[in-house]
Amino acid sequence: MRYWSLLFALAAIACVAAFLYSPFSPDWWLPNNPSNPHHVVSTFGREIDSLFLIILAITGITFIGTQVALVWVAFRYVDRVDPEGRPVRPATYFHGSQRLEVVWTIIPAAILVFIALYQMGTWAAIKFRSSAPKVQPLAEVTGRQFQWVMRYPGPDGRLNTPDDLHLVNDLHFVKNKMALIYLKSSDVLHSFFLPQMRIKQDAVPGLTIPVWFDSDTAGNYELACAELCGWGHYKMRGNVTVHESQAEFDEWMRKALEAQNVSQLAAASGPQGEMTSQ
Amino acid sequence: MNTEHAANGPSHGNGQSPATAAHSQGHDDHHIHEDNRNFFQRYVFSSDHKVIGIQFLFSGLIFFVLGGLLAMAIRWQLAWPWSPVPILSQALWSDPALGYRMPPEFYNKLFTMHASIMIFFVIIPLLTGAFGNFLIPLMIGARDMAFPKLNMFSYWAMPFAFVAILYSFVVEGGSAEAGWTSYPILAIARWATPGSLNGQTWWLIALLFAGISSLMGSINYITTIIMLRAPGMTMFRMPMSVWALFITAILQAFALPVLTSALVMQLLDRTAGTNFFSPVGWTVGNAPPVVGGGQTLMWQHLFWFYSHPAVYIMILPAMGFVSDIISTFSRKPLFGYKPMVFAIAGIAGLGFIVWGHHMFQSGMNPALGATFMLSTMMIALPSAVKVFNWLGTMWGGRLQLTTPMLNAMAFVAMFIIGGLSGIFMAATPVDIHIHDTYFIVAHIHYVLFGGSTFGIFGAVYYWFPKMFGRMMNEPLGKIHFFLSFIFFNGTFFLMHIIGMHGHPRRIADPSIYPFLQGAGIVGMNKIMTYSAFGLGLAQIPFVFNFFYSLVFGPKAGPNPWRANTLEWAAPSPPPHYNFETIPTVYHPAYEYSVPGLPDDYLPQTQPRPAEAGPLDPVMA
Repeated sequence: MRYWSLLFALAAIACVAAFLYSPFSPDWWLPNNPSNPHHVVSTFGREIDSLFLIILAITGITFIGTQVALVWVAFRYVDRVDPEGRPVRPATYFHGSQRLEVVWTIIPAAILVFIALYQMGTWAAIKFRSSAPKVQPLAEVTGRQFQWVMRYPGPDGRLNTPDDLHLVNDLHFVKNKMALIYLKSSDVLHSFFLPQMRIKQDAVPGLTIPVWFDSDTAGNYELACAELCGWGHYKMRGNVTVHESQAEFDEWMRKALEAQNVSQLAAASGPQGEMTSQ
Repeated sequence: MNTEHAANGPSHGNGQSPATAAHSQGHDDHHIHEDNRNFFQRYVFSSDHKVIGIQFLFSGLIFFVLGGLLAMAIRWQLAWPWSPVPILSQALWSDPALGYRMPPEFYNKLFTMHASIMIFFVIIPLLTGAFGNFLIPLMIGARDMAFPKLNMFSYWAMPFAFVAILYSFVVEGGSAEAGWTSYPILAIARWATPGSLNGQTWWLIALLFAGISSLMGSINYITTIIMLRAPGMTMFRMPMSVWALFITAILQAFALPVLTSALVMQLLDRTAGTNFFSPVGWTVGNAPPVVGGGQTLMWQHLFWFYSHPAVYIMILPAMGFVSDIISTFSRKPLFGYKPMVFAIAGIAGLGFIVWGHHMFQSGMNPALGATFMLSTMMIALPSAVKVFNWLGTMWGGRLQLTTPMLNAMAFVAMFIIGGLSGIFMAATPVDIHIHDTYFIVAHIHYVLFGGSTFGIFGAVYYWFPKMFGRMMNEPLGKIHFFLSFIFFNGTFFLMHIIGMHGHPRRIADPSIYPFLQGAGIVGMNKIMTYSAFGLGLAQIPFVFNFFYSLVFGPKAGPNPWRANTLEWAAPSPPPHYNFETIPTVYHPAYEYSVPGLPDDYLPQTQPRPAEAGPLDPVMA
């Protein structure tokens, strides 16, 4: 009967091993830029990851402690009987300990309150509207089944003017600069999820929600939809491009505007307006 | 005779209640009704709490099979996206346009119905319907529930729900696919996704009937526990199972009306053109715009105001069963009985003020999120206290590792994981990343499978002899436990890792995202799928054992586990009206290994010897 303690021990060891191994595999650990898998690109990402690690350490110690106790009781206190079928050792007759109850109420309570209060600053910096950066908005992002519609303000820096740039599933911003977007939905709920930047915010029909984030490394990242939005939810993916400099971003914007301002007809037709494809 | 006369009346203090109570009940042993009339009244439209409990048990286990098969199909698609699914592909998607591939909306139907069935048709009915019904009167020493007819209706509301949920699979557009949470606007706009065309309406109807059933049950449980305790069965002599079911019933009675009204609102939005949840001028999928004026987030508040307490409805009874099982098989009094009761009450109380933690990223005011973070952190505290007390109960005991005990220990081990992972998502900034990822899926399965389901397994093995008068086979039970435990962890533990890596839940094809294309994530998805199939197959010995033992199991005496609680004072299976004479209760349920006694247990019906000294007033 003592062998059952092994089963519990092995399960606990496998769980701990999975978490010990994962930081060494970029594929297992938190998502980062594939070219530099152990560097978190965003300010909020670094803060969130460090909070994550603190909780992982606290819960990990608690996990190991309780599982060791469980395995130990399953090993040590298993009922054994002598050849006459009488128990080798009686069970203790004991109803509990007030002191222990107080100890194991107060200590976890203190730790939990600490964890909660310790998170508040980061939460406020990421989500409270009062902490939104006082910058020109980068874009208005609207979720719709099943794409992200991006509206950039264009050269005049103002949204909803004729020079706005309209794109689909293509988010661009400049590195080391806090980007601010206005998040909307035009049909059902969606959720704006930047896994590498640890940002997530639902897009809610009828609400405009500001979201801000940054990245210290230029490159290509991903935008996912994290709230079930219908049959095509799984494919509601966007590209995220972080530009090295403002100049590079402006150059990309100029080209994109140029492409947008070519009329569909002109692009598809020959010099006399006849359809080239026919 | 007076004690017997008072049997079904309220018991005050040590049970010397006035005989007047007998007049209102009339169930003393001189005119106990004959065991019910014909076959239909006895086994189908029965008002006997034991039969109703077993009806809930069978229908719950049948839906458990269906929910499990849906889960297998989910796992197949995640491991090998779009590859032909055995059987399903030939049956459903042989059309050349589909090419044997699972349509993406079908995947959404799978997880929606898997969760809905497991939660509303398996876990809740099994815990409160099956074991609540069967155990409460037996454990408090009553002849039946306070309202036997209401009890019968509470079961017979369920078939309407069963029919509605099964019928929803075949309506145009198929079953609901807005998730078990059914967030508007996806759930209310008929053209938003195929399942919202008709299936969602049937889903709402099914849940309404399931809710009516639960509500009738909970009123009955509360009344029964308050009014019908045997003489001497004071509140603080009740076993933990009864306490847990009592508090669960209170949770249901207070939370369910909110869900019911939300379901009715969504039903009206879908069918009567109301606009509770749709904003002004809203349109989806080129349908004509609605007038609007409602609030999308209001559904989430109403839904989670029920569904977070529902999470505790799905775990508290299992905690009660596990407490009883662990104490019995440790041959030792429950460590800190009263703190355990207060911990359950604390979980239930706090359970009403934490619903917002499902909505941290929903667009709800983030300042409100900060307060919900604090209340959510605090709810981990009573859960921790319970775990420590279970460990304390086993410490120094004589552990008899029977199948129910092993399942109860697995409950403790797995609930620790489910509880600790909850702390990550209670922390709002960390939740930003893991919200709506597989980390959440891992968490809920560690609580609902690792916790509740192992609790249910343990309870089935433990009370099967009482229900059917026969023992289940121990070696088969251990094989079932061993395989379930291994494959359960294989299926769900790695979900923490891929969730940490940002793998969103509810996506039909993770390979769309380059960050999920690495060998690790793909490999883990496959391991989880193989384990899920193993977990499914591991239930075969259980099913076989269950039915085989039903017929061929060795006869169980009244008290095969040598346990203290009152149900073991009745014969196995208990006769109609349970007890020949209503027992008198002398002490709490956990007097095991009392020094100086020849036996290592002391049933609640036998007085405590004076030489054992007074009971600890704070703990016992």
